[in-house]
Amino acid sequence: MIRDHEALIVGAGGAGLWAALELAKAGVDSAVLTKLYPTRSHTGAAQGGVCAALGNQEEDHWEWHMFDTIKGGDYLVDQDAAEVLAREAIETVIELEHMGLPFNRTADGKIDQRRFGGHTRNYGEAAVKRACFAADRTGHMILQTLYQQCLKHGVKFYDEYHVVDLITEGGELGDGGRAAGVVAYRIADGELVTLRSKAVLLATGGFGRMFRVTSNAWSLTGDGVSLAYRHGVPMQDMEFYQFHPTGIVGIGILLSEAARGEGAYLLDNDGFRFMERYAPKLMELAPRDMVSRAIYQEIRAGRGIDGKDYVYLDVRHLGRKVIDEKLPDITDFVRVYQGVEPYTEPIPIQPTAHYAMGGIPTNLLTQATRDAANTVVPGLYAAGEAACVSVHGANRLGTNSLVDLLVFGRRAGRQMAVDVKGVGIPEISPDVMEPVRAEIEAIRGRAKGERKEVIRTELADVMMDDAGVYRDAEGLERARAKVAELRGRYGAVSIDDKGTTFNTDLLEAREVGYLLDCAETMVAACINRKESRGAHSREDYPERDDVGFLSHSLATKGAHGAVELDYKPVTITKFQPKPRVY
Amino acid sequence: MIVELRILRYDPERDARPHEEVYKVEAGPMDRVLDLLHKVKYEQDGTLTFRRSCGHGVCGSDAMLINGRNRLACKIRVDQLGGRRITVAPLPGLPVMKDLVVDMDAFFAKFRSVQPFLIAEEPATERERRQSAKDRARYDDTTKCILCAACTSSCPSFWAQPGYVGPAAIVNAHRFIFDTRDDGAEERLEILADSDGVWRCRTIFNCTDACPRGIHITQAILEVSSAIVGRHA
Repeated sequence: MIRDHEALIVGAGGAGLWAALELAKAGVDSAVLTKLYPTRSHTGAAQGGVCAALGNQEEDHWEWHMFDTIKGGDYLVDQDAAEVLAREAIETVIELEHMGLPFNRTADGKIDQRRFGGHTRNYGEAAVKRACFAADRTGHMILQTLYQQCLKHGVKFYDEYHVVDLITEGGELGDGGRAAGVVAYRIADGELVTLRSKAVLLATGGFGRMFRVTSNAWSLTGDGVSLAYRHGVPMQDMEFYQFHPTGIVGIGILLSEAARGEGAYLLDNDGFRFMERYAPKLMELAPRDMVSRAIYQEIRAGRGIDGKDYVYLDVRHLGRKVIDEKLPDITDFVRVYQGVEPYTEPIPIQPTAHYAMGGIPTNLLTQATRDAANTVVPGLYAAGEAACVSVHGANRLGTNSLVDLLVFGRRAGRQMAVDVKGVGIPEISPDVMEPVRAEIEAIRGRAKGERKEVIRTELADVMMDDAGVYRDAEGLERARAKVAELRGRYGAVSIDDKGTTFNTDLLEAREVGYLLDCAETMVAACINRKESRGAHSREDYPERDDVGFLSHSLATKGAHGAVELDYKPVTITKFQPKPRVY
Repeated sequence: MIVELRILRYDPERDARPHEEVYKVEAGPMDRVLDLLHKVKYEQDGTLTFRRSCGHGVCGSDAMLINGRNRLACKIRVDQLGGRRITVAPLPGLPVMKDLVVDMDAFFAKFRSVQPFLIAEEPATERERRQSAKDRARYDDTTKCILCAACTSSCPSFWAQPGYVGPAAIVNAHRFIFDTRDDGAEERLEILADSDGVWRCRTIFNCTDACPRGIHITQAILEVSSAIVGRHA
């Protein structure tokens, strides 16, 4: 079965939906494919807010937002991209309000704003109220609002279609070929469907499921990033992975930074606000990489609660009114998943794997690029967490993930609408789905082998322990060897479910393969970056090294499958790198 | 402790009709039913099929019938179910595709039928529209819906009349009808005044009990009904 659309969008989170909306408004025949239903996408789990320098509560300027983003990213941010982010944040948030998003309101009826980590006034003086929010379910409201608008504008959806391959024309994507569509597995009945198109947007999100403790949905397995990689597109800045400081102990469910934005404390075993030791000016509102490291340091020093591997987040002094009106969902999570009452008890927390700063390299127009010269891959686009444009550099600031997917999702839709004009539907060979069909049938047909979940669990353990918040050469070499071993074992993976109806056993086995690709490049990029910058913290190289490493890594799949690393310069426009203190 | 999990299973490729299968899994009191389902799938029987994504009650993927009530599997703990035997079945009243997976297409079609999007003139201003905190609070409750279908599939009126638009769709209509920025209330009320609209509600409150987001659904339905009655008054 072959279907044609002018443009295809893979993934129905915020970036994909906004792109689809722009394409629909432009009258381009397009469609969204998602392995879930659109409203299940993980944008909906974002909690605290979306930053835009509206200045509704106090003076603010997009230049301050731009600066904070660059400093927060430890100067690995491309500054032209940060400028786009900070400027267009304002338009996109206003546009969301016009679409009906139910933001909380100030006393005079404007969009309410609150403080968030690393967002400051006047280039670092003090925290500023910049995060626009809808209680602590801002992402839910963004996802719902964009989906509603997509329905209003008649966007075509392929719900529960799992994209399993990219189609190329004129060679591989790394060698000058163009993206020409996708092969999708229809989950309901196992049918493989070929969809041809002139433009493909990968908006598939991140890959937090490679870690043991993560805030990420089960579905976040790096599908788009991995598929592009397999066709020759690099993965950029994979060594930069964010651990959010406040996850529920053991299971990693996120407790928003909005709690600290509203004034919550982080406490050690003595009840001391330990951030005073690490960031005396911003305290609990220091950037996430610093707060996560601070928690690890406290635990190592024996000041975790009862000497264990967690500390406390304390909201008690905020009072019931603030908790109920501004933090209702996360306090509900605490009650349900920890059996703790946040009105009266401090909340045990530990860092949780949260967000990939790296991903598919793109230019400011969201067009994927394939080398250090930023050569464009025709027909391929990326936006949101799957992409690396790079606005987050070495460490993302809170709320900037939502800003990113709004700004660059919108840009992707507009750019694709322009680019598909004057291009024909590509010619593709009729047997284009055969390679992936063979891969799928090999897994399904294997009578006996290793369970996929054993492989994923061992991967998650080694990545957490040896490629997590702190890293060193010894641990990373261990991780490299382990990932290589798991890749070998993955070749013999087998599943119980041999059927065609809603075979999640099969699709999860595919997903483990994507995670292995992402982990392999991450570890290689970590080993090669012999410095500490942002979220990449090498205990054997504790200093930032701007002479050696003020550059983006590009990991490409080499001839025999080995990871090959290259580097490209960071774009610096307004702000020269400085030491990063808060 | 060992928990006995009794799961209603059905694979259209193998089974003539649904049947119960029993699994024993090691579980702690704070484990959620989703954890137990994963244990079965990953350690005992990979053919067990269910939807899940976020794993903490915000995406709406894993609503199912647990100990006789519609719940999110990721949001109900073993200790809350108060026993060592837990029964799990697909949401009632919706066609079963396989095991705990139901066909949601008709459910989403009903959601779409109430025009669940803001209907308003595009504001000329480059700034946000103003809305008071009080007006914002008027529809806050119904913005929380995650479209999990726990409400609609728990409703006896829906079971009896599958054409009934159902609580979830009414909740999503309510979210816009009472938003001061919206101009589409009249159209939505007309849709919901239909014979398969709000009048099918018998205020049984199953929906309100089932909602994992704590939305006061029956109240929302009654507010919509009142608005229909009051519209030409």
